[in-house]
Amino acid sequence: MSFVRTTVAVSALFAFASAAQAQDRVQIDWWHAMGGALGEKVEAIAAAFNASQDEYEVVATNRGNYTETMTGAIAAFRAGEQPHIVQVFEVGTATMMSAGGAIKPVFEIMEESGKDFEPSGFLAAVTGYYTNDDGQMLSMPFNSSTPVLYYNKEMFAAAGLDPESPPQTWPELEEASRTLISSGAATCGFSTAWQSWVQLENFSARHDVPFASKNNGFQGLDTELLINSDTHVKHIQALADWSQDGVFKYGGRRGDGQALFTSRECAMWMNSSAGLAGIRRTAEFDFGVGQLPYWPDVVGDPKNTIIGGASLWVLSGHDDADYRGIAEFFDFLSSSGIQSAWHEGTGYLPITPAAFTTTTLSGYYERNPGADTAVIQMTSGEPTGNSKGLRLGNFVQIRDVINEELEAIWAGDKTAQEGLDTAVERGNDLLRRFERANR
Amino acid sequence: MERRVYFRHKALPYFLLAPQLAVTLIFFIWPSIQALWQSTQIEDAFGLSTEFVGLENFALIIADPLYASSVLRTIFFSFAVAALGLSVALYLAAKADRVIRGRLFYRTLLMWPYAVAPAIAGVLFLFLFNPTFGVIGVLLNRTFGIDWNYLLQGDQAMLLVILASAWKQISYNFLFFLAGMQAIPRSLVEAASIDGAGPKRRFWTVIFPLLMPITFFLLVINIIFAFFETFGVIEILTKGGPAGATNILVYKVFNDGFIGLDFGSSAAQSVILMGIVIALTVVQFRYIERRVTY
Amino acid sequence: MVERGNAGRQMSHVILVLAVLVLAFPIYVVFVGSTLTLREVVQAPMPLLPGSQFVENYLTALTDGALEGGGGVPAWRLLMNSTIMALGIAIGKITISIISAYAIVFFRFPFRMTAFWLIFVTLMLPVEVRIVPTFGIVSALGMLNSYQGLIVPLIASATATFFFRQFFLTIPNELLEAARVDGAGPVRFFFDILLPLSKTNIAALFVILFIFGWNQFLWPLMVTTDPDFNTIIIAINAMLSAGDDQVEWQLVMATTMMAMILPIAVVILMQRWFVKGLIEHEK
Repeated sequence: MSFVRTTVAVSALFAFASAAQAQDRVQIDWWHAMGGALGEKVEAIAAAFNASQDEYEVVATNRGNYTETMTGAIAAFRAGEQPHIVQVFEVGTATMMSAGGAIKPVFEIMEESGKDFEPSGFLAAVTGYYTNDDGQMLSMPFNSSTPVLYYNKEMFAAAGLDPESPPQTWPELEEASRTLISSGAATCGFSTAWQSWVQLENFSARHDVPFASKNNGFQGLDTELLINSDTHVKHIQALADWSQDGVFKYGGRRGDGQALFTSRECAMWMNSSAGLAGIRRTAEFDFGVGQLPYWPDVVGDPKNTIIGGASLWVLSGHDDADYRGIAEFFDFLSSSGIQSAWHEGTGYLPITPAAFTTTTLSGYYERNPGADTAVIQMTSGEPTGNSKGLRLGNFVQIRDVINEELEAIWAGDKTAQEGLDTAVERGNDLLRRFERANR
Repeated sequence: MERRVYFRHKALPYFLLAPQLAVTLIFFIWPSIQALWQSTQIEDAFGLSTEFVGLENFALIIADPLYASSVLRTIFFSFAVAALGLSVALYLAAKADRVIRGRLFYRTLLMWPYAVAPAIAGVLFLFLFNPTFGVIGVLLNRTFGIDWNYLLQGDQAMLLVILASAWKQISYNFLFFLAGMQAIPRSLVEAASIDGAGPKRRFWTVIFPLLMPITFFLLVINIIFAFFETFGVIEILTKGGPAGATNILVYKVFNDGFIGLDFGSSAAQSVILMGIVIALTVVQFRYIERRVTY
Repeated sequence: MVERGNAGRQMSHVILVLAVLVLAFPIYVVFVGSTLTLREVVQAPMPLLPGSQFVENYLTALTDGALEGGGGVPAWRLLMNSTIMALGIAIGKITISIISAYAIVFFRFPFRMTAFWLIFVTLMLPVEVRIVPTFGIVSALGMLNSYQGLIVPLIASATATFFFRQFFLTIPNELLEAARVDGAGPVRFFFDILLPLSKTNIAALFVILFIFGWNQFLWPLMVTTDPDFNTIIIAINAMLSAGDDQVEWQLVMATTMMAMILPIAVVILMQRWFVKGLIEHEK
């Protein structure tokens, strides 16, 4: 009798103790910009972490789209109410990293927590975007994607092209487009989403030419745009010429033009690898995924493309215990189980080679052909100074400037040279203003 | 316009005014002062480093050819919205004034767009005019062979945001014109009729001159609407593009401040906008004062 | 009325009917879109006859809210937020305006004109021009992502105050004198006499301000970063910027229909007061 009573009492005591412990858990606020189905996956990650240990509790909250999330976190910081972790899109990287007093670099957090943390255990092309010039990781890559080429296999077959071999180079792509149009299989050759990201930023990386000076801004705020080089002008002028005869059709700044592809107007479509799921849902035809084309006369062996998407930044002004929890969480986040599940569930890239291996071994890519194209393209060779990423201040406005100038070029109001010269000039003004504000 | 008789009470009036004044001071006056102050600063997004630059932000804005073009676009846009909205509404009101049966019916069916938010008007026109799947957009491209792509053609984008904004304003203007026409003494119109003036002449010689005050009032209201309240239309349809073709002043303030995080320049632009509103308000009230006196 | 020619009148009817149809066409298209599948919407040209997905689309939008960018907030909650914001703004504006107009018209006190001008100034500072610093203040007061934050900064109203002032000035002095003879103080006068007399004016103003509140865009876009406090109009904007994901056009259209129903119903059902209010409010 007394044994039973003692056992009950002891276990009640334990239950009480662990409940108290749960209440005492250190809370870590994570603001993210993932809505809908993606948001649910984010919350699932937080829940899995919370269940895996009992010291910390990560609370994930959706704060609107990327811009709203970032502006919200900045406003909160100014009011002294900042979250621990905030998800910031890649163009906000320079703003975050220049705010020295506002952020706490990831490598520092990992170092202080004594975590065994080795940046070389990550995919260089993914983490490179978020490391400083010394190779130290400033923020934690979270959702990364890269542009790929989607093509309509049925149209390729109808035009007498091989539906299993998408064009590799721009000249091949032009030829394929003309065949597709003249055979009546399509009314337009290709369209592109996120024109600055795909046709200039990734173009530069793939052809190993600088987008901006100072290692694309990694080596200092006194960087200048270099997108009016002959290589860039030649490419943009080619697109402009093609847009006059239907080979290329412009469909909007963001992903708006996807309907051109899914409604069978354009045969090819360049967009983020994370757009795969959406295309699968809306395209009533068989399609394939190819790599982003290159100009063989510029580069014989194209470099890796760079990433888009977002990373997790840690804000300053919290307790040491909180940062230890964040280190635990990031460790959990980069484990290959979590990473491969995230990759398979969302189409975003895994951040470690280990996660890629896990996914490959699971047979995922055999079941989902085309899902590995982005990873292969990302990992084709060691990133160079030109293909590591971009670190430009006021980048949101610079992209706007580039969008505006490109639109003027597509519309035929300006030549590629004129438009890109103006873009460089206007972009440099914005860079100087940022440099001044962040002295 | 003063009362002869009133209450005497020391504390009560202040108490009654307190909520309104508190909101005014906290959310109107104080932020405006802050905007003035911020317009003289250059600072980073987090507010970690600020630099007092005097009027430099203003100088940069005034020297910026893009700002000048944004001003011109805003003026063109506002007058186009006002002109389109007013003329269509006036025409319809004249027609509705002539019919005997069903006037109320038409009024009901013509006034509901007033309830539609500018942003929603943007969504409606997006579905109609999207070049790839919009009903009219596709029609223009395929049947009429017009190269309709407002994402690329600045003129088309401008036309579209004008149409969407004017669509929303027609019902508002219509109600005022109709009320104005019905307030015109019947004897006046009949007299003109006896003199042998046809409906067209009656409209231009008798009715329209009497509507001038309302027209002028509506012009100001429509311009203010186009200046400030069309933000939603622009955000949904064009986001200021293509190539800045629809980047009106209010949109630019928002874009530079909240998207670009350049608070100094955005604040300076706000201050310039305040100047414009004050000018418009003065015009509006001088006019109303005049109307009250006669 | 004086028109004798039947032909001219017939023509007027034709033109008016055409205008009604043209004005309504955008809504018809959106309605049709809201009854189709996503694939049908993006197949150009989109069908112009309603499809089979009416129940499914509206149910999904209302309850599921698994909308990319919409933050996973179901439309019923968005509609509730919009209603709370619109009601809060309409009632708030009417309440604080009627009492301040009462103070300005029926009392004499130092700084009366100062107060009047302070209120007048708000006309010149639309939310669009002071948006950035106002955001800072609301954030400093901890009112981001709350109904107070959505409502309170917008409830000062010069136009509503002038509207009531104009009406109060028409109240005969005799009425006030009689009340005072009866021993009615300012509070009793307000509740027993003034308020009942203002009923129509309040109703008229309510319609206009409800629409004003419902249709707010820039302000809720700024102060709600937590999707739980999004209004339906902000959510539609978010749904349109889906980033890497496919925009769910059919759900956007269903949500758009729902975002229009209530304000349109309010305007049409209360049109008698609305028209009166609109014409007099703006004078």
